[in-house]
Amino acid sequence: MKKLDLGTYIEDAIDFITDHAGPALDGVALVIEGIVDGLQNALLSSPQWLVMLVMAIIAYYVQSGGLKAAMSKKGFKKAIGLAVFTVIGLFLLSWMDYWEETMQTLALVLASAFLALVIGIPVGIWAARNSKADQVIRPVLDFMQTMPAFVYLIPAILFFSVGNVPGVVATVVFSLPPAVRLTSLGIRGVPEEVVEAAQSFGSTKRQLLFKVQIPLAMPTILAGVNQVIMLALSMVVIASMVGAAGLGERVYSGILQAKVGLGFEAGLGIVILAIILDRVTQALGGLGRK
Amino acid sequence: MSKIEVKDLYLIFGSKHKQALQLVKKGVSKDKVLEKTKCTVAVKDANFSIEQGEIFVVMGLSGSGKSSLIRCFNRLNEPTSGSILLDGKDVVKMNDEQLRQLRRTEMSMVFQHFGLLPHRSVLANTAFGLEIQGVSEAESYEKAREMIKTVGLEGYEDMMTGELSGGMQQRVGLARALTTNPEILLMDEAFSALDPLIRTNMQDELIELQRKLKKTIVFITHDLDEALKLGDRIAILKDGMIVQIGTPEEILVKPADDYVRAFVENVDRSKIVTAFSLMFKNTGKLILEKDGPSLALRRMREMGVNRLPVVDRENVFLGFVRDSEVVELKKKDDRDLSKILISDVMPKVSPDTPAADLLPLFIDKQLPLPVVDDEGKLLGVAVHSSVIAEVTGRDREEIIEIKNSGGL
Repeated sequence: MKKLDLGTYIEDAIDFITDHAGPALDGVALVIEGIVDGLQNALLSSPQWLVMLVMAIIAYYVQSGGLKAAMSKKGFKKAIGLAVFTVIGLFLLSWMDYWEETMQTLALVLASAFLALVIGIPVGIWAARNSKADQVIRPVLDFMQTMPAFVYLIPAILFFSVGNVPGVVATVVFSLPPAVRLTSLGIRGVPEEVVEAAQSFGSTKRQLLFKVQIPLAMPTILAGVNQVIMLALSMVVIASMVGAAGLGERVYSGILQAKVGLGFEAGLGIVILAIILDRVTQALGGLGRK
Repeated sequence: MSKIEVKDLYLIFGSKHKQALQLVKKGVSKDKVLEKTKCTVAVKDANFSIEQGEIFVVMGLSGSGKSSLIRCFNRLNEPTSGSILLDGKDVVKMNDEQLRQLRRTEMSMVFQHFGLLPHRSVLANTAFGLEIQGVSEAESYEKAREMIKTVGLEGYEDMMTGELSGGMQQRVGLARALTTNPEILLMDEAFSALDPLIRTNMQDELIELQRKLKKTIVFITHDLDEALKLGDRIAILKDGMIVQIGTPEEILVKPADDYVRAFVENVDRSKIVTAFSLMFKNTGKLILEKDGPSLALRRMREMGVNRLPVVDRENVFLGFVRDSEVVELKKKDDRDLSKILISDVMPKVSPDTPAADLLPLFIDKQLPLPVVDDEGKLLGVAVHSSVIAEVTGRDREEIIEIKNSGGL
């Protein structure tokens, strides 16, 4: 029997897509490029102290748990640590002359996470409300999560050549599953009786979703947001292999040139960024709750 | 016309419910249907009607299908076949829009575990029904405040529901259900999750509230005491079938089958059985203006008693006459029974006085208690021995025996 040449079929399929869906792919590339460039420019053209200050304020505000708490002594005690860490960490990176790379990475992470959430949350809602959709979506998510992350880079290059765009696309694919899964989990976890109660008062499906299901699922959805951002950060580093800019690029060249110091410096930058992003997004769940 | 009429209602869960329905209608048992089609028969051939303004209690053990049944009324469960007529309109046939209107304006539901929105304050929870209808916040909050006051939660408006005790949470549930001013209130084990003391309170308050609001209430419970206390009428459900419908008293006095009897046996009957069900209706009575001593004696002999109640021509109770005095009167050749009438010390009781309350009223054991209606008309008499029999749970013959031997 002839060898099953699955690879060839996949290549054929990708060729087919590149040939026939060219304009659509260009459109996607344009949108992604716009978002990433916009973010990068905003972060890089502002003075460094302003960026540090804004990030520290965001960290403080979110960590303390909202405006009222931010003003209180308790909120101050809780949040000041993270705010100070944010300033010191970013200052350290700026001092090591990694500011530009850090901001590029931040822009890539935020853009990828944003896209992953924009796609993932609605899909998650759909999966929660329609069990047939869920049956299809579930194995696709399993596939996306178990496939080695590097594999996404190849079609991403074929569709979008090199640079930030294929990096973002691969990152979105990689970081999408938790957004879908946790949104779906959160909505399914809303107590049946609360849903019934809302229905018994004549809620439409939309009212049920926005007034009951999403608010009650919010902590779980926000846990998904945190997961998405952390996965995006880890993938953005890998995405530097296809030419995505930022700290990952430095790590990558550290590997290629066997320069331990370079790799370590850039790696430290990623860790600092990761800690800030993780703490802030974890604290998001506490916002607006008494 | 009844407010709600349920006709031939079936509710079957499972994907092959149509096939299962055929089987059930052919008389195949619930277990067999489950085996053959993997469908659960929740409600089977329910037929009953609910009157405007009554509290209709559906009672059964868990798994008897009572919650499934009440969810058919607002179609949280889709009935498999049959109809539910609300003021003559069939709820089962309504389209989505009609159903939504029904749920918004005519029927509200109170849930066992409250079903409140934990991210909202008491006020915002109470206003939920109106908010869904698109009523402005100012108006809906105003109505919600009113209703919060009615259920006794004034001052708690801005608390989150999670900060309240179970009883208070259910008050919010009740307030939320009442804010839309529905005609029908569906209460699904509404008090079952509360501890006994709070529960009794809530029952009392529901009765009080109902006196003011006069809604039609369908109340689900597994607790017979609760059913007897709240229900104007009670339907007893077993395996999805209604085995008996009746007033609390009918259920107690005449249980339809062993299942109902088993339920009823553990109840404190003395609180539920009333003078009406205890009394003798055919007591024989004398009409003051018309009947004389000779007739009185003859009737006493016929009835085998030594006293008879006396009424006027309008059947208003006047008092009793005793045989010894009637004989005296006859000897004097006097026809006027009013001379020997015992009327002063007589307590009169209304037909819904519980048996337990009757007992202390027997000051003079010789005379029975007259049971009269609001206008004082004689309905019957309750005798000492049957009241004791009812309260103690002993047989009436037994009591008479004890009495005669001087034991009681």
